[in-house]
Amino acid sequence: MSEGMNLTIQVWRQDGPVDKGGLEIHQLTGISKDMSFLEMLDTLNNQLEEKGKDPIVFDHDCREGICGACSLFINGRPHGPEQGTTVCQLHMRSFKDGDTIVIEPWRASAFPIIKDLMVDRTAFDRIIQAGGYISAKTGNVPDAGAIPVNQGDAEKAMDAAACIGCGACVAACKNASAMLFVSAKVAHLSLLPQGKIEEQQRVLNMVETMEKEGFGNCTNTGACEVECPKEISLENIALLNRKWLKANIFSES
Amino acid sequence: MLDAKIPEGPIEKKWDNHRFQTKLVNPANKRKFTVIVVGTGLAGGAAAASLAELGYNVKSFCLQDSPRRAHSIAAQGGINAAKNYPNDGDSVWRLFYDTVKGGDYRAREANVYRLAQVSNSIIDQCVAQGVPFAREYSGYLSNRSFGGAQVSRTFYARGQTGQQLLLGAYSALMRQVHLGKVQLFPRTEMLDLVLVNGQARGIITRNLVTGEIERHAADAVCLATGGYANVFYLSTNAMPCNVTASWRAYKKGALFANPCFTQIHPTCIPVAGDHQSKLTLMSESLRNDGRVWVPADANDKRKPTDIPEEERDYYLERRYPAFGNLVPRDVASRASKQVCDEGRGVGATRLAVYLDFAAAIERDGRDTIEGKYGNLFDMYQKITGENPYETPMRIFPAPHYTMGGLWVDYNLMTTVPGLFALGECNFSDHGANRLGASALMQGLADGYFVLPYTISGYLNNGLEAVDTNHDAFKEAEGEMREATEKLISNNGNRTVDDFHRELGRLMWDKCGMSRSAEGLNEAIQRIPQIREEFWNNVSVTGTAGQVNQVLERAGRVADFLELSELMCRDALAREESCGGHFREEHQTPENEAKRDDEGFAHVGAWEYKGQDKVPARHVEQLDFQEVKLTQRSYK
Repeated sequence: MSEGMNLTIQVWRQDGPVDKGGLEIHQLTGISKDMSFLEMLDTLNNQLEEKGKDPIVFDHDCREGICGACSLFINGRPHGPEQGTTVCQLHMRSFKDGDTIVIEPWRASAFPIIKDLMVDRTAFDRIIQAGGYISAKTGNVPDAGAIPVNQGDAEKAMDAAACIGCGACVAACKNASAMLFVSAKVAHLSLLPQGKIEEQQRVLNMVETMEKEGFGNCTNTGACEVECPKEISLENIALLNRKWLKANIFSES
Repeated sequence: MLDAKIPEGPIEKKWDNHRFQTKLVNPANKRKFTVIVVGTGLAGGAAAASLAELGYNVKSFCLQDSPRRAHSIAAQGGINAAKNYPNDGDSVWRLFYDTVKGGDYRAREANVYRLAQVSNSIIDQCVAQGVPFAREYSGYLSNRSFGGAQVSRTFYARGQTGQQLLLGAYSALMRQVHLGKVQLFPRTEMLDLVLVNGQARGIITRNLVTGEIERHAADAVCLATGGYANVFYLSTNAMPCNVTASWRAYKKGALFANPCFTQIHPTCIPVAGDHQSKLTLMSESLRNDGRVWVPADANDKRKPTDIPEEERDYYLERRYPAFGNLVPRDVASRASKQVCDEGRGVGATRLAVYLDFAAAIERDGRDTIEGKYGNLFDMYQKITGENPYETPMRIFPAPHYTMGGLWVDYNLMTTVPGLFALGECNFSDHGANRLGASALMQGLADGYFVLPYTISGYLNNGLEAVDTNHDAFKEAEGEMREATEKLISNNGNRTVDDFHRELGRLMWDKCGMSRSAEGLNEAIQRIPQIREEFWNNVSVTGTAGQVNQVLERAGRVADFLELSELMCRDALAREESCGGHFREEHQTPENEAKRDDEGFAHVGAWEYKGQDKVPARHVEQLDFQEVKLTQRSYK
């Protein structure tokens, strides 16, 4: 490990939702370029534990870039410096010997901090609960082959469905808007024939819940698209806006 | 004692007969029952949603901050079904046959047949939910061949099939939460099972945010808590995956079946160093075009691209000319261990083999290979910093899936009445080796189409009212508080991970890809010593009354330290080689696995006999009526 990197880590520590919190500074030596960013944090935590100190709390699960659990704001960018990459897939070879790395949690009033770098993202679940589904009960469905789907639409639906619900879009947005997240789900379902039947209600209910949960408005800065680890397109927001407008004009209420 | 309750009649009629004979719960009465479902992966998410749709009240628990992050999400390749859309000769019978054979004849025929039968309904269900499966230009569903299957029966959504299927189940679950039929408990870990009069009537949980220990009562408890591959510390499982829920159930009387049946997946990214926290799997579809090799000479230290063709050993193609690089997972994994044991491994650790795409790129062009595997190549490059278009990938086997689990009967009920086990946490369908794209199928089959029927047969028996004030809850909660307190106040010198790593290395060496009586006996001696040191010397920082990820890990490692011993006992008792279980004493002269169908065509199910006591092994004889037992040959 002698050829490893020396790093200064400034990491947000906050004991609970009401604690004020602040940056804590740690020096790390001998960090291998082959480590993932989370393994670097594991190493730091291991050193803290060995000293009997409380390790840094952060969310992580699959460490394969697909579950959406990891959620770190690194040097001012959600998921760090690499395009289309979650924190767990970010590796230390993206940093240099002597670097200072600042690690903060997602910051948005709709994502209250639980502890250190861990935030509460259940608002996303509540948006899905409001209508992010097709109401197909188990068993009550036709043969899969009976619903052909245009290949282009299926591909676009898949592009949108690739959203991992991590919340980077909200963290990246100066308004803490959840429009990219909501639009990805609306687009995924609207692009498929199965999803069209409930489209109007879905759009209205999801947008209403998004606003109720305290997410901000979209002002089309495009920061969400740039920072999204799954590169979900801004076009989905345009689609959502069209669907929402249409639903408002045609809805009965 | 072990009655699998397999229904009467010919195999293709068993499930129909059973559904007809199972007593239904009157629709108006369903709302009087509460069912606990632990885990929100494919099995748990699908079960919770389907039970709620039927009218039951469901309490759904998961460790993660959202049900959508359960580890089913990481499955890449696809899901099998017997649709026969490509018209290439598939059928329910063939899927059944392939699964029994692939499992090396250690699975229960009736369960596997049912799995193949309901496989088609799963695809229907998923499409209706909006799962964006790959499609042809015609708009119809696309299929591919997977894991060496001779028919194209695998449905897929790019390399993210698990994610899309899970989001389907999650959306159905969220709909039921919205309708008030499911109460959701995210960031909540099950610590213990509560029995009243011998029946499963609830669970004790820890709220991972507040640290609160809580009681939950119900009429039945369903575990869908996944597998235990993290006993090896390094595996392809997510780091929080654990055995705690099933293990506590085992200690409350549920039998644990075939714990030594673990699957080691051949195409994973090798370990890079001591910092390694987990291993990453790459879809085995890579073996459709990649060629596996090592240098012929152990002392050959040249760059792989500098080693001429004739000085390479394409050992899978050499040993298995018929199947070549497409031999099943267990065979491929063992072969790469053998060449590394011979000192011919590659890379810095010498624990890796090459997976080379040069020939495929030359044959089909880089664009074609990129179209097929682009996302996997990108992932490999992100992790290793090497470009697989230019230099061969390095791969090595890693623990990936566990076929063993809680013993269940045909109704998916464990030996504890009212306790059901679904998905990977039960033992039922994959025998000694699981085929590719079958885990997703089994999880969703259990959750959508099996449990919702079979549970009514149990609930119909009449249950007395029980609430959380019952003494059994008080007692279980007290024990859990005590255990938590003991861990927190231990003030030891070694970290939890340090113990976990030691256990993992031991299990990998003695109970991994190949096992011997000598090694297993050593492990059975050593594990209780590690366990004792753990309880005397583990250090758990922080307090119990708030988020404490060290405490969470400590509780899970404590259970792995017990399960590991049972795995070794099971591996020692099974005096044969079959599927993922390879005993060095039982091999053919060509080093292939040698089954003993006379002695071991059975399920070994273990009964807990008390702390530090030797558990009892029970046997469920497997009765093969439909499939003829043959030696698997891939030569």
